[in-house]
Amino acid sequence: MLSIQTFLIVAVIKTLIALVVLLTAVAYTVWLERKVVGHMQNRWGPTRVGPFGLLQPLADGLKFILKEDLTPPHVNKPLYIAAPIIAMVFAITSIAVIPFGNPITVFGKQIPLQIADVNIGLLIILGITSMGVYGVALAGWSSNNKYSLLGGLRASAQMVSYEISLGLSLIGVLILAGSFSLKDIVDAQSGVFWGFIPKWNIFQGQIIAFFIYLCSAYAETNRIPFDLPEAETELVAGYHTEYSSMKFAMFFISEYANMMTVACLATILFLGGWHGPMFGPALLQAVLPLVWFGLKVFCFLFLYIWVRGTLPRFRYDQLMAFGWKFLLPLAIANLVITALVVAWTA
Amino acid sequence: MNPVATPFFFYLLSTLAILGGVMVIVRRNAVHSAIALIVTLLSVAGLYLMLYAPFVAGVQIIVYAGGIMVLFLFVIMLVNIDRSMKERAFNKQWWIAIAAAVALGALFVSVFVKSKGLFPERGLPLAEESNTQQIGLYLYGNYMFAFEIASLLLLVAIIGAVVMAKKRI
Repeated sequence: MLSIQTFLIVAVIKTLIALVVLLTAVAYTVWLERKVVGHMQNRWGPTRVGPFGLLQPLADGLKFILKEDLTPPHVNKPLYIAAPIIAMVFAITSIAVIPFGNPITVFGKQIPLQIADVNIGLLIILGITSMGVYGVALAGWSSNNKYSLLGGLRASAQMVSYEISLGLSLIGVLILAGSFSLKDIVDAQSGVFWGFIPKWNIFQGQIIAFFIYLCSAYAETNRIPFDLPEAETELVAGYHTEYSSMKFAMFFISEYANMMTVACLATILFLGGWHGPMFGPALLQAVLPLVWFGLKVFCFLFLYIWVRGTLPRFRYDQLMAFGWKFLLPLAIANLVITALVVAWTA
Repeated sequence: MNPVATPFFFYLLSTLAILGGVMVIVRRNAVHSAIALIVTLLSVAGLYLMLYAPFVAGVQIIVYAGGIMVLFLFVIMLVNIDRSMKERAFNKQWWIAIAAAVALGALFVSVFVKSKGLFPERGLPLAEESNTQQIGLYLYGNYMFAFEIASLLLLVAIIGAVVMAKKRI
């Protein structure tokens, strides 16, 4: 047990590290996306700033800060300013309950690699992501612009619809692990079947749940093929049409931070978290879990970009029909079957 | 770790909840009222957390703050706010409302004063780790009937909404 002072100090340090890592990862996910999509479309992507365009995120950030911050007339000013803040705060807060690895021992004290180990971690993440809708919805309304309003309405309808299948797809994992705590869920996935297949949830019959999670997560983060809220051909830029400079950047950061959260959650719930082959000396063994975690998150993000480079956008009625008539029944069926199997074998 | 600064958090969350509640009825702009209601719901979720009920707190945020209020906001966003802002926010029911509020307050105070001996000074909280499990066991055990009735009512509401919304079934 830590005393309250050490607890606070450790928490602040962990928060700072997590924030820096998260924001850097966000910046380089943008770079990766531009590079990968560029190569998929026979272009080079960013090449000018630094080797392989690696300093491009820095240049982008500088540009965002130095640009003039326009506030159009006729907007509802308090909400217009609050909306990007709400979006970004809720996007970043969810990193607080995500575990990155086994607890490490520093100066004889056990320190979990997680800012807050709460026993309803998954519920907290679902709650925070569902609060993130307000940023988008309020941005659309307060801009006082018909394109923004339509974008905001689409975003809130889409997020509310897909949240249900998202939540239901996670319950199968919860039944298998028997806990809401993300750390316990990862621990339940350690070990292997028949000596070589890892005991990840995706190999424990939750592959349909993973598919449902994948689709709902794309819809929740407003990414192609579900990026209706910002469909350029119909809505200019959707809910952030009226936003410029750093306020626009905040929406941008929150979108990519949400992608990171979704990727971390997929890793924890379906892909076995930080478990992977362990080898080498003690120091390497201490670092390996973090490496596996990062690698899995990277693969999930790459899939995101790959899908973006491959699939076209849904039509709005197709989007709603897919969510309510296909994903939701599938999620309920998966839940019932998982519950039956668990009850049978228990 | 033992709880720290509980009175501070209790009074902070209660004040936020009450302030939000007052803002809901005082603001003329319906969107502002909706946001104030979200603040109230979130503070109540914090109070549940302080009562060692993490599951209820999480569900409060997901269902009320994240689900129902989004739909409220969705409807308000489609209403012409400019016209409704020019209308008078308070009408003649004002006095009835105050009388009802005072009566309810008096009831609360009298219950609080009279039942001092009835309730234990400090309720034994459920173990935080097994809280969610306990709720599940109670819902599907002791309170099975009430739970099923509630879900039946919700089903009726869904079917009613579909029947009313769809012209031809």
